[in-house]
Amino acid sequence: MRADVGAYELRSPSQLHEALTLLSSEHGEWKPLAGGTDIMVLFAAGKLQHRRFMSIWGLNELRGIHVSEHDVTLGSLTTYSEILKHPLLRSEFPLLAASAAETGGVATQNRGTLGGNIVNASPAADTPPVLLVYNAEIELKSLSGSRWLPYHDFHKGYKQILLAPDELLTRIRLPRSTSTFKAEFRKVGARHAQAISKVCFAGLRSLDTGEVRVAFGSMAPVPLRCFRTEAAIRAKKDPATALVEELAPITDLRSTAAYRLQVAKNLLATFLHDD
Amino acid sequence: MPKQQVQLRVNGVGYNLNVWPMERLLDVLRHELQLTGTKDGCGEGECGACLVMLNGNLVNSCLVPILQADGAEVTTIEGAAADRDIARIQTAFIEHGGIQCGFCTPGMVMSALDLLKKNPRPSEMEVRAGLAGCLCRCTGYVRICESVLKASQILQEPRSQE
Repeated sequence: MRADVGAYELRSPSQLHEALTLLSSEHGEWKPLAGGTDIMVLFAAGKLQHRRFMSIWGLNELRGIHVSEHDVTLGSLTTYSEILKHPLLRSEFPLLAASAAETGGVATQNRGTLGGNIVNASPAADTPPVLLVYNAEIELKSLSGSRWLPYHDFHKGYKQILLAPDELLTRIRLPRSTSTFKAEFRKVGARHAQAISKVCFAGLRSLDTGEVRVAFGSMAPVPLRCFRTEAAIRAKKDPATALVEELAPITDLRSTAAYRLQVAKNLLATFLHDD
Repeated sequence: MPKQQVQLRVNGVGYNLNVWPMERLLDVLRHELQLTGTKDGCGEGECGACLVMLNGNLVNSCLVPILQADGAEVTTIEGAAADRDIARIQTAFIEHGGIQCGFCTPGMVMSALDLLKKNPRPSEMEVRAGLAGCLCRCTGYVRICESVLKASQILQEPRSQE
């Protein structure tokens, strides 16, 4: 059922302050709209809950990739194409480039944003597992101030996130401490492009200290950093047993829980043993 | 919510349009401007039939609310036809059987043009990645990929006096 286009409002503030003012004036009324690659799909299908949208696409304060000595900070409107074009991200954060390259096709990569991928809160999104293993931090901003929090605290349940109705996700910060780690990203889906993952895996392993970081997409109600599996690996216990306990896949139109679990175990085993 | 004025340059021509702000760029192109070369396929960014250039970037016009295109430069398949490279790409599609029903062709050609401008000598894998956002239900893609690879060769050749 197509939407009645005249029933929707869309505003386009030109300054971040103006956008935050609109968000705080009417709590929960205005839904931020960035590149539209998720929201416009629901719009066309007549499935949007909101009627009032605020385009943040024109907010230059939310753009740009800034490199400092210890970290890289990305504006939340950074597109997948911008990630793919950035030499330092490609070399120091290969998992981010790999996940960006497998998100949609070129047109989706030109419009889809990293911030949008986070706040859309799909457990099947491809960049969140990567951000989780890179120990990303995110900045949430409102009229009353801004706060940084570890990204792994952000997803609280299926489509439940720690974003207040008057807040915008403004920046994503990645520590530059993993460039020597072995890194692996694997998306298992019907095809590489344009497919939603059956299973998505991101792993980092320090060949010096043995530190292992593992995260999965499409394997739980949220993009999941597998801290308990990592602890089992540190304690020299069986990683597969811990992983099965930690993950909670479902059967849906894309795959079955049993298939997902088997593939997840295989991906982890391959990652841990394939030197 | 009233309609709003939006300014747009499409294929080099300026327009002042009175539109709903959430109207899809695709619908404005097809219904207001009668530029029906851009196709309305899946409506969810999967099939690529609605691909256009928005300020020089390839986008799915079904996923762009028109207000976000205010002040923008849009090139559709009709406008791209004025590009001298496009005739060579089209010739390659025709000669290599890259077209059957033709519904996906505008998106395929826009993708090919975008790819070849950024990467004049793509490998087969790069062609596949460049066209990954387009679905074709007829040909099975092999001939389309061959057409784009052939087009990249033709575009390297010196131009005849035209």
